[in-house]
Amino acid sequence: MFELLALIIIFMILAGILTIEIEDLVSAVVSMGAVGFGLSVCFILLRAPDVALTNIVVEVVILILLLRGTIRLGEKTVSGHRDLAGLVSGIILLILFLIFGIYAGVEFPKFGEPGFLRFEDSASWYYLREALARTGAVNAVSAVLLDFRAYDTLGEVMVLFTGILGSIALLRRRLRRDKEE
Amino acid sequence: MKRGMSLIVKTITRWVVGFIFLYGIYTMVYGHLSPGGGFAGGVILACAYILIMLAYGRGFAFRNLDWRIARALDSVGGILFLSLGVLGMVLLMDDGAFFFVNFIQRSLPGEPFHLFNAGIIPIGNLVIGIKVMGAVFVGFALLSMVRVYEFRGERVFESREEEE
Amino acid sequence: MIIYFLVLILFSVGVYGLLSQKNLLKLIISLSIMESAVNLFLICAGYRKESEAPIMSLGQSLEVFVGHSVDPFPQAMVITSIVIGLGVLALLITMALRIYHRYGTFDITEIRRLKG
Repeated sequence: MFELLALIIIFMILAGILTIEIEDLVSAVVSMGAVGFGLSVCFILLRAPDVALTNIVVEVVILILLLRGTIRLGEKTVSGHRDLAGLVSGIILLILFLIFGIYAGVEFPKFGEPGFLRFEDSASWYYLREALARTGAVNAVSAVLLDFRAYDTLGEVMVLFTGILGSIALLRRRLRRDKEE
Repeated sequence: MKRGMSLIVKTITRWVVGFIFLYGIYTMVYGHLSPGGGFAGGVILACAYILIMLAYGRGFAFRNLDWRIARALDSVGGILFLSLGVLGMVLLMDDGAFFFVNFIQRSLPGEPFHLFNAGIIPIGNLVIGIKVMGAVFVGFALLSMVRVYEFRGERVFESREEEE
Repeated sequence: MIIYFLVLILFSVGVYGLLSQKNLLKLIISLSIMESAVNLFLICAGYRKESEAPIMSLGQSLEVFVGHSVDPFPQAMVITSIVIGLGVLALLITMALRIYHRYGTFDITEIRRLKG
């Protein structure tokens, strides 16, 4: 299982590099779909079916939104890298980031032994034990999302609402002008 | 100019879109018993309407679900979710209540593995599903109504609402 | 530990795209790759060896369920994060459309002055 997971993440890395380097915008969006699909398969291998289902439908909607936004604007696309100084400084920054990431990564717990095994009073033990008794829900993730942590779900609902409201406000001046004519 | 896509796409859409809708409602309602929940179910419902819009054209889809009605569904869903949290706090004021207390589970508990169970969780899933469906459909409808093109040397930002 | 290192490389691919591309839509796509890498990292941090999904089966006792399930807490947070990513992306695409209308191009080296 560990090898299969590593293989799929390597596939995602290659698809990501292809997405960034390719020049045609439609092909870049299709490669991004490959990254999202590999991510859903990773989620299933990591025993998270809720997250895999949500990720794949949201990935499909993101693909449709990007395609609708990009291919209708004709042939005037621009591609290519920035000037050399920006590129070189970007790569230096990236190498520094990787070095510090490796330093931090050594201190992390081993893959397969999550943090909540080490502490007896962790929140996850409470959620797992009391999910059926206190809320009556069989799906522990739904119980966490809508009963133990419903405030975070309210915040997420508000963020989605504000995003769509911002979209409408950005396009509204033109919509009203079209109605007046 | 013919609207929408070819005849094969239209026929298959006509057969399949009912099943997509049903699957979205199933994922939403059985959120506390099997993987899924309100978010995934709401996005699947919006995908059914997006499929109709892609295959048949904008006018036909707006006769099925106008984008202003979807916007109203979005707002009503947000208000309903907030009031669900406050209602429990108001009803159980003297009994140790907090924001988003599961007041239905405390008064009418069901049996595990049944559908009418777990108090506020199926109701929350339904409300969130309606809200996410409205939001995603409005987002897609907006992007398909505007167009930017060149006209006599200057850029025009046009939005068309009526289309047959 | 190699899994965490691979996820870090995926995140770096997204950062490299953000730093080196000129097209505005490519920047949005790189942002989406970075979000995917972070979500994968969170779920990897909650994985437990030889265990099942956090959903009870019929007739399963509580001790067996608690002893054999992955962490349900990061999964709830990642579902929230995925849907928030969708909302932010819709807003970003709308902003890119308005920028194209105002400046006529998607090239960020030509979009210099903020007018109006």
